[in-house]
Order: sequence, then C-alpha cells, then structure tokens
Amino acid sequence: MQLNRDDLIQAYRTMATIRRFEERVQDEFSKGAIPGFVHLYAGQEASAVGVCSHLGDGDVIASTHRGHGHSIAKGCDVTGMMLELFGRQGGLCGGKGGSMHIADLDRGMLGANGIVGGGPPLVVGAALTAKTLGRKTVAVAFTGDGASNQGTTFEALNLAVVLQLPAIFVFENNQYGEGTGAAYAVGSRDIAGRARGFGLPAVKVDGDDFFAVHEAAREAIERARAGGGPSALEVETCRFYGHHSGDAQLYRAKDETRRLREEHDCLKHFRRRVQEAGLLDPPELDTADADVAALIERAIAAAQAAPPPDPAALMTDVYLSY
Amino acid sequence: MPMKTIRQALNEALAQEMRRDPRVVVIGEDVAGGAGTPGQRDAYGGVLGVTKGLIGEFGPERVIDTPITESAIMGAAAGAAATGLRPVAELMFSDFFGVCFDQIYNQAAKFRYMFGGKATTPLVIRTMIGAGRSAAAQHSQSPYHVFTSVPGLKCVIPSNAYDAKGLLIQAIRDDDPVIFCEHKLMYDLRAEVPDEAYTIPFGEANVVRDGEDVTIVALARMVHYAAEAAEALAKEGIDCELIDPRTTSPLDTDTILDSVARTGRLVVVDEGTPRCGVAADIAALVAEHAFAALRAPIRRVTAPHTPVPFAPSLEKLYIPSVGSIAQAVHDTYGYGR
Repeated sequence: MQLNRDDLIQAYRTMATIRRFEERVQDEFSKGAIPGFVHLYAGQEASAVGVCSHLGDGDVIASTHRGHGHSIAKGCDVTGMMLELFGRQGGLCGGKGGSMHIADLDRGMLGANGIVGGGPPLVVGAALTAKTLGRKTVAVAFTGDGASNQGTTFEALNLAVVLQLPAIFVFENNQYGEGTGAAYAVGSRDIAGRARGFGLPAVKVDGDDFFAVHEAAREAIERARAGGGPSALEVETCRFYGHHSGDAQLYRAKDETRRLREEHDCLKHFRRRVQEAGLLDPPELDTADADVAALIERAIAAAQAAPPPDPAALMTDVYLSY
Repeated sequence: MPMKTIRQALNEALAQEMRRDPRVVVIGEDVAGGAGTPGQRDAYGGVLGVTKGLIGEFGPERVIDTPITESAIMGAAAGAAATGLRPVAELMFSDFFGVCFDQIYNQAAKFRYMFGGKATTPLVIRTMIGAGRSAAAQHSQSPYHVFTSVPGLKCVIPSNAYDAKGLLIQAIRDDDPVIFCEHKLMYDLRAEVPDEAYTIPFGEANVVRDGEDVTIVALARMVHYAAEAAEALAKEGIDCELIDPRTTSPLDTDTILDSVARTGRLVVVDEGTPRCGVAADIAALVAEHAFAALRAPIRRVTAPHTPVPFAPSLEKLYIPSVGSIAQAVHDTYGYGR
C-alpha cells in the first residue's frame, strides 16, 4: 500500500500522540497524581502504529501491560484513557480497570493485560469468531519478548496454525522482560524463528522504522484477510523508560537510555525519512506536535477535574445477571 | 415423558441450542475425535460421548477439535465469547483447570468488571468432576469450590438428567461465563426429560424432599446418597428435607435459610474437600444468618483433606457414603435430646 500525505501525517500524529501521552503520564505519575503502576510505551510507537494503520474497528487487538500505545493506535479516546489512568468517572473502563486493563470493545481493543502471555490465546478466540462468522476481519496479539517464553503463547501459536485463523502475533522485542535481558531469557534468541517452528510465516523487522513495520504488517494482515492463516512479526524495538514508571533501571548499561533516544527514536527516524523524501515539511510535523501536546493537556485537565467513581460502582458489572 | 440419560440430555441440549443459534460452537479435545487420523471422524464424540454426533450435523467449523492445549482452548473460548460467538468449551477433566486457570480466572471472569461493564462473555465451560472410578489424584477431584469463589464466574452442578438439560440450555443462553460441572459417574443416570428445549433459572434450588426435622444440602452425586440416607432415616422416624442447590454461584440462600429456620438442624454433604469448600461456605452462611434457629451444631460430610486415592478400597473411604450421611443426621438430630 502506498502511503499518501494524509496517511503519513496521520501516522506521525498517532505516534506523536503516544509519545506525548507517555511523557506526560510519566510526569503526572512522578507527582503522585496517578495511582498504581504504569508501564510506558515510549520508544516503541512505530510498532503499534505501523500495525494498527491497517486495522479497522471490526478488527480486534489484544495488548499487554504496556498497552497505552496500542490503545491509542487502535483509536481509543485519549481523554477516556487518561481518566482511566487517574481512576476517575468517565474513564474508558469507569475507573475500574486502570492502566493495565484499558479496553474498548467498540474500537476492537480487547484489553491491555496484567498477565504476561494472557493476550495471545484471547486473540485466537477473536480470530475464531471472525472465521466462524465469515467476517473479513483479523485479530492481532501484541505481545513481547517476555511473553514469547510463556506456554500460553506457544499454545496460541499452535492452535492458530491448526485452525488456520486470521491471527497475527506481533512480538515487540524491547530487549527486556522486566529487568532481565532477552539475550538471557529467550533461549534461541530468535523469536521469529521460534514462531516459524510452529508453522507460521514470521519475519523480523526494525522497530525504529515505521515503514518497515508497516510493510511487514501489511503483508501479514492481507494474508490473514485473504484466508491465508496466521503470521508473526518480531519487531526489534526499545523502551525509553523502565519496566514500570519509577523503575531504577539498574540493569541498563551506562548512558543506554540516552543512546537509545539519540539513535533509535522511531519518531526522529520517521521525520528524517519523510523530509528526505520531500513528503512532509517540518512545519507540518511541528503543527502536529503542537496539536498533540494541546490534546494531551486537555486530557490531563479533564482527568484532574473529574470526580472519582461513584461508590456504588464497586458492586456493579460483576455479572450481567445474578 | 421419555426417559433419558444425563449424557443424552446434555447432547440434546447442545444440539438444540446449536440449531437455534449459529453463534454456538463446541470446542475442545476430541469433542469429535479422529481429526488427522486414518480412522473414523467422531471417533470419540467427547471422551465420554456427550458431544457424539454433533460434528455430523454441524460440521468441523462448529464442532472444533483442538490439540491437547487447555490454555489455548479456554483463552480462545474467552476471546471468542467477547467478540461474538457463544462457545461451549470442554475442559475434559476439571482437574486440568490447573494448567489453564489464568484464562478463566484472570481473563474471562474479569472482563466485564475490569472493562467497566462493556464486555459480555457468554462462555460455557463443561467439565467433569468426581471420584469413584479409580482415576486417582489428578482425574477425580471436585474443585467446584474454586470456581464458586471467583467473582464473575457462575457455577452449575446438576444432579439429574432433567436438570442437566435445562441448566445447560440456560448456561448457553446466559451472558456470563459459566462453569458447568458434570459428575463422571452419573452420565448413565436416567430421568424423565422433555424433548423440547427448556431452561432452569440459576440460583433456584430444587427441594428434592420435604421434611421437618433435619435439613440436608447436597450436590451432584451426593444428592442421590443423601436421598437414600433420608429414605432410611424416614423409617426410623427422622424426617429430612433434602435441598439440591443445583448452582453454587449464584446460590439460592433463601431456600436453605428458610428450611433451617423450620428444622433448626443442618447437614451439608459435599464430595469436595473440607477446607474453604462449598460445605464450609454453606455452613458459614447458615451460622451467620440463621444462628437463632439452630438447635444443634451444623454438620459437614465431605471428602477428607487429602488428594483422591487410587486403590478402590481407599477411594471408597474418601467419598462420603450413605452411612456417613445418616450418621451425621443422627448426630445432629440427637444433639441435646
């Protein structure tokens, strides 16, 4: 698919929205305004946006504990997300899910997930729905190097192949599972190869490069939509923050984060590419940055102003009927 | 009315619901069987034959044989339920919840609450419980107390063919995740079962026998043991009321409390283990809400706090018996007399 100017500006805007969202969440979390834990996606934006650019509301994704980027890329409302992170009324999940359980089924977002490896089996189910009901939709599991070692993931890969389902497994290899290196924890050091062992077409892509992710995802998603079965992508990427916000990151090399931000920033990479090709001008991108910054500030202001959930919400929505 | 076994009743419920609603699919290990083999398709029809014949009518797209892969089955069923199917997944033996519980406990059960009321997960998990076939420690347990304890799950434990059909149809039409427990020694048990589809609401106990002296609450196979005990006790002049809750989540507390308010005596019979079990739960409920009515200590008749033994002689000791139930009734009936 050839990306036109609107596609490009939309892709940049979405990546910038994720980046700004995460930077401001980091600020607010550090000030104590956000309860619990947050796991920030900054640095990995090209993966979420490169894949989700191909998806519509009828397509389903499942995400991870590091789910803000996938949610934004899938079209979740940024203000609703911020309200949710703050634990307020009007949050995407009414303040009952929080960062790790953000979901919006109307947007095909089947939830961030607090369980590493929790999402891939669910995506097999969403793909089964698509196939059984004859929908031309696909389901995408965003997952990571950590979950690539979980049995649930192996089972999901195998069952997706056995049933030839329209499922795509995106392994975002950000090099760390919590504080342990993928170089240690992924025995074969080759997640795409592991997926191929289950019988899926699988490729490794450079997560700094939106265009590489976009192209690899296009191929996998088109195959799935055409009834060609599941695929896997291993996106080699990096996270700019710790496992969770507040992580001292003692496992990092000295200066590692600074180097990643300088050499492996997918937004910088995108700007450079579109400018070199003469596709978009810096002022257009700057305008997008300014719009996004204003959007996020409005979301934070709304979250700060919103009341906490009604106490009665404690008891509702355990069941539909009981 | 025609007599049918629990196996036939369940099969009929599945077939009727699959005919009624194209979103209903059956998924599990050997639910048909024979996939990828040189032999027959539908070689098993479920390990004990409950889903036999369904693939012939509904095809492999709706009667889905899987590898031995419980996490993926449960997760796929949960994900499918949240996106538009109404899966009936089979967890062959309830003991196997140990390898797949995350997808039930952390995923399916919590979607609705954790997503702010926006998810609907119409999922049924059929699973076998029960000791008595020398299937030993990993194929004989009755862990419905675990399912009962999870907010977001419903738990159904039928004791006869009539209830099995009505409760399974209700489970399939229900919009919440339901664990449907089938006792492996009861599939051939017959009762009168209407040919047409019908439902039995959850949270409505069946009063199997009216009585004034002692209330007995029992589940699944224990309903039959308790009925036998009550029959014998009636000849001695002890009049037992026997209540089969049929569902432990939701639990029909009113019927139990009303009965104890009249009898003042309670015996709870449960093939599960005693600690934090269903019998303990019902005993606590009655102690909390009907203390003034109690005329004797509550008695629980349960399996011991052990794994299920293999040797038939030991397994017989493990399972509550008609004798142990009768003894408990005698104890509570004689208390203070």
